Amino acid sequence: MKKEFKIIAQLIENNTRVLDVGCGDGILMKYLKDNKNIDTRGLEISKNNVQICIGKGLAVIEGNAEKDLQQFPNSSFDYVILSQTLQAFYKPEKVINDLLRVANKAIVTIPNFGYWKVRSHLLFKGTMPITKNLPDEWYNTPNLHMCSIKDFFNFCSKKGIKLYKSIALHEQKTSNINKMNLNLKNLSSELGIFLIENEN
Amino acid sequence: MNTEKNIKKIIIKKPLTLDCGKTINNYPLAYETYGKLNEKKDNAILAFHALSGDQFVSGINPITNKNGWWSYLVGPNKSIDTNKFFVICANVIGGCMGSYGPSDVDPTTGKRLDTNFPVITINDMVNAQYNLLEFFKIDKLYCVTGGSMGGMQALQFVANYPNKSKTAIPIACSASHSAQNIALNELGRQAIMADQNWNKGNYFNANSSPAKGLAVARMAAHITYLSKKGLEEKFGRKLQERDNLKFSFDADFQIESYLRHQGSAFVDRFDANSYLYITRAMDYFDLIKQYNGNLSNAFKESKTKFFIISFTSDWLYPTSENKEIVIALNASGADVGFIEINSDKGHDSFLLDVPDFLKSIKNFIEANY
Repeated sequence: MKKEFKIIAQLIENNTRVLDVGCGDGILMKYLKDNKNIDTRGLEISKNNVQICIGKGLAVIEGNAEKDLQQFPNSSFDYVILSQTLQAFYKPEKVINDLLRVANKAIVTIPNFGYWKVRSHLLFKGTMPITKNLPDEWYNTPNLHMCSIKDFFNFCSKKGIKLYKSIALHEQKTSNINKMNLNLKNLSSELGIFLIENEN
Repeated sequence: MNTEKNIKKIIIKKPLTLDCGKTINNYPLAYETYGKLNEKKDNAILAFHALSGDQFVSGINPITNKNGWWSYLVGPNKSIDTNKFFVICANVIGGCMGSYGPSDVDPTTGKRLDTNFPVITINDMVNAQYNLLEFFKIDKLYCVTGGSMGGMQALQFVANYPNKSKTAIPIACSASHSAQNIALNELGRQAIMADQNWNKGNYFNANSSPAKGLAVARMAAHITYLSKKGLEEKFGRKLQERDNLKFSFDADFQIESYLRHQGSAFVDRFDANSYLYITRAMDYFDLIKQYNGNLSNAFKESKTKFFIISFTSDWLYPTSENKEIVIALNASGADVGFIEINSDKGHDSFLLDVPDFLKSIKNFIEANY
């Protein structure tokens, strides 16, 4: 299981109810179910991945987060996970609001557009950045709303979303993000992992 | 209508009060089984058939000599592997393959019931079939499943008996029969009743049957089981064994010939009165209303694990209606999976060789056993 998922799993308490939005082939869901006694549900857009998840005995429904999150009642989960998908939505803000409606806590991870390799690609090559986490060309990328760790950090404070934990991931190493080191982490990290909760 | 010797039956002694208020008892329930019930009795799957189906799920149907309606899905080494699972299917009450139906004789009068047969519902069908669990001494089924009306029965089963099946796979169905579907069923019924031979349902005595009316009903219904794209691909405007139009009302086009064949083949195996009763039962099906407008309440008590399947080209029970079930299950916190299978074969997809569909059932059935 990739490092990002290991960190997410550590953020989630045992014996809880979790919705994995964009659960892919269900690796994280299966881990949470088998190792942490978590009651998991998944939402996945790819039919092929849904087939794989069903074959693992996971409760996954085919659907699109922007349309199908609304079917889940308020606070029906303890946690909701959104891994590296926020940037692919038409209305990321609405999705975040929906996440925090269906669950008390949300774990959101973002590929960091502020990472120095991304910046230097655009600065020196003058073309849209292509990196390990952003492998697609500008004309076929599913990503619509890229943001940086700093953007997401600022977004949360602007919208009154409480940041419980902010973790930077770079080459398998993790570190905490705070106001003091925000600019540095925004430059040096490939991925941001955030545990958020509504203030009210 | 059928040769009795190949039909297994149990007589249900326990009285059943139908939704219409009448109580029935000592009525026959015809069934068939595939595979073996294991010692733990945890491998039983109850399959529910659709409008035109019967208890002969797999292998050769001894009455029609054709493949069972779910031969692609059920059988040795198939998605529902009968080397491993024990599959039970019963003819619904109201049907014409040995279960209590309009062609049965009323013992008090010695006459056929015909339209004196009570109007039955999906709920009644399911409650009658529940007796099979007692008959086979099965405490809990592994799975209940079915497509179309079979899917409705699977939903009703879980609602009525929340912890009597570990899993449920309702396929290409709806929790509440739509106005469009009621309209299409009414078209079929009117075709039957407009046939003079129907004779207000008393055609057995008159020794002729409303074959033409039933055939038209079947033809109309059959169109609804296909899709525009599927029809286009299979038939297009191809002519039937001729090079030019004949400027007549013969079956010039292959699609006409195909539908005529579907109609005439159907009347050989199906009873017109049963068609009226079963379509009525489908029309009356409204699980949402039954649970006071909140479908989630139907599944509130259930620990059953659900897998809902729909098909992209099914316009009779479209994905949106199947998704309503998913939404209700999610709202009640149930364990539910859902997939929409790509297929051009319309509503009939669940009966056909649609590899992604067959794979999804196999995946689910194997993963949860």
